[in-house]
Amino acid sequence: MANVFAFAETRGGEVRKVGLEAVTAARMLADKLGGGEVHALVLGPRGVAAKASQIGEHGADVVIVVEHPDLANYSPEVATATAADRIKAGNYRAAIFSTSAQGRDLAPRIAARLGVSVVTDVLSFDVEADSIVVRHPMNIGKVIATIAITSQPAVIAMRPNVIAPAKNPKPGRVETAQPAMDPASSRVKVIETKQGGGGKLDLAEAPVVVAGGRGLKSAENFKLVEDLAAAFGNAAVGATRAVTDDGWRPHSDQIGQTGRLVSPELYVAVGISGAVQHLAGMRTSKTIVAVNKDKEAPIFKVADYGIVGDVFEVIPALTEAVREAKKHH
Amino acid sequence: MKIAVCVKRVPDMDVRFRIAADNASVDEAGLKFDINDFDAWSVEAALKLKDANAGSEVTAISLGPDVVQETIRKALSMGADKGIQLKVDKVPFDGLAIARTLAEELKSGGYDLILFGKMSPDSANGVVGQMVAELLGLPCVSAISSLEIANGKGKAKRELEGAQEIVEFPLPAVLTVDEGLNQARLPSLKGIMAAKKKPLEVKPAQLPQSQLTVRKVELPPERKAGRIVGEGAAAVPELVKLLQTEAKVL
Repeated sequence: MANVFAFAETRGGEVRKVGLEAVTAARMLADKLGGGEVHALVLGPRGVAAKASQIGEHGADVVIVVEHPDLANYSPEVATATAADRIKAGNYRAAIFSTSAQGRDLAPRIAARLGVSVVTDVLSFDVEADSIVVRHPMNIGKVIATIAITSQPAVIAMRPNVIAPAKNPKPGRVETAQPAMDPASSRVKVIETKQGGGGKLDLAEAPVVVAGGRGLKSAENFKLVEDLAAAFGNAAVGATRAVTDDGWRPHSDQIGQTGRLVSPELYVAVGISGAVQHLAGMRTSKTIVAVNKDKEAPIFKVADYGIVGDVFEVIPALTEAVREAKKHH
Repeated sequence: MKIAVCVKRVPDMDVRFRIAADNASVDEAGLKFDINDFDAWSVEAALKLKDANAGSEVTAISLGPDVVQETIRKALSMGADKGIQLKVDKVPFDGLAIARTLAEELKSGGYDLILFGKMSPDSANGVVGQMVAELLGLPCVSAISSLEIANGKGKAKRELEGAQEIVEFPLPAVLTVDEGLNQARLPSLKGIMAAKKKPLEVKPAQLPQSQLTVRKVELPPERKAGRIVGEGAAAVPELVKLLQTEAKVL
């Protein structure tokens, strides 16, 4: 029976949500393949073994734990060598990653080392006789391609937030292993991982994204967006390219064609007109709310719910109403 | 320094795409093409290093049919010294097939740095640079938003989700470039004239068998027409009710 490999991504010794999404996706694929096993690899500093049960709960039959004091930061060369060796030895039908910053870096390296191709930003997958068929957005999401992967293993990096981590308890039998190379001999070294903004939720992972555009008129007024995000409690703050180009927010907050791609449960566009470049980054959001004073703004064409009005009047009222609604929950 | 920059010709995205008759590609009729933005930032990064290191040479390389010569000329007009077209009829979707063909050319070039854009918006897979690095056995840092090179070593920043990585690496190396690294210069008239005389070598190339087949491309379902809930702060209670009862996200 065909087994599936999953890369359970970590940062700072914690399994990331996208890591659990990869394990969940691998479980779904293994079941579609007839119920094979899921083997999940987790790399991290001492103590990461304690996360194995969490990975097992999400559907891993085997959790391969690689602990090393030098793996607190991501090590692309160690991760590539260790995962590639394991995938080769395990004769897996598929290997699942996330299209996170780490997964984007890692999946193609591993695939090239294995001599197979890779599809990133995958929305869904299916099994056919001799191929695994995936859906992948192209042309900034304006076109969706259906792609057949004939190689074995099929290396797939899922788009974050399209498959929610799901509990599906499996034994999660722990195997400990050594890194396939000494981290000290790695040529590429991450010397520091700087946390930005003190524990704020990440754009790609947050269930709610509140984003601001030029309609906010100044960097200081982003406080309105931050307050609304805080009222939701589970929200991250994003911005349009115009805003990051003007330096109101860092480039890493930019949602759009050249920035971040997000697909949250709820997207709230504040003072955003809806340029093509921006829509490319958020049009797959499940529910879109837009507040803009111009009723002709293109954002209203993609928004499920719109309010035409002054953001300086509407957003504080919305923040208050969300705060109230959350209180009664 | 000897620097290679791999560049791709991509369509302008600010259009409504049509599906071609084969149902497996986008109809290119009427589309405007230019160098991929991320690749323009790579060219700029190479030119900055060239400006800072006398005697450097920047080579722009593109895989594809003869139309990619325009894209190479664009890089030359910005200031790259020479171009190489790896001539194939069609650029495949399969990043490994592309990477193998590029690696074959790059392996004997003696480059200190090989630069790529982190992705192109058309195929939107973002894998070729990392694959080339792996095939050539070179150190690789992907999606960099800052870069310093000194004494045969490099330091770069990568944007993560809610964090940044500071990465050190030795040369030679492969880097892929993210937005924020620089602003690409526009070609000057003098640059455009000079580019016409710069060498552009056309080399026939062989693509390996593709492991990925694009079976179908389609336009995504249109989002269901939304509605304007109301005007001004007075519409907020109705919006909150809809988010709770209809969208069930609050």
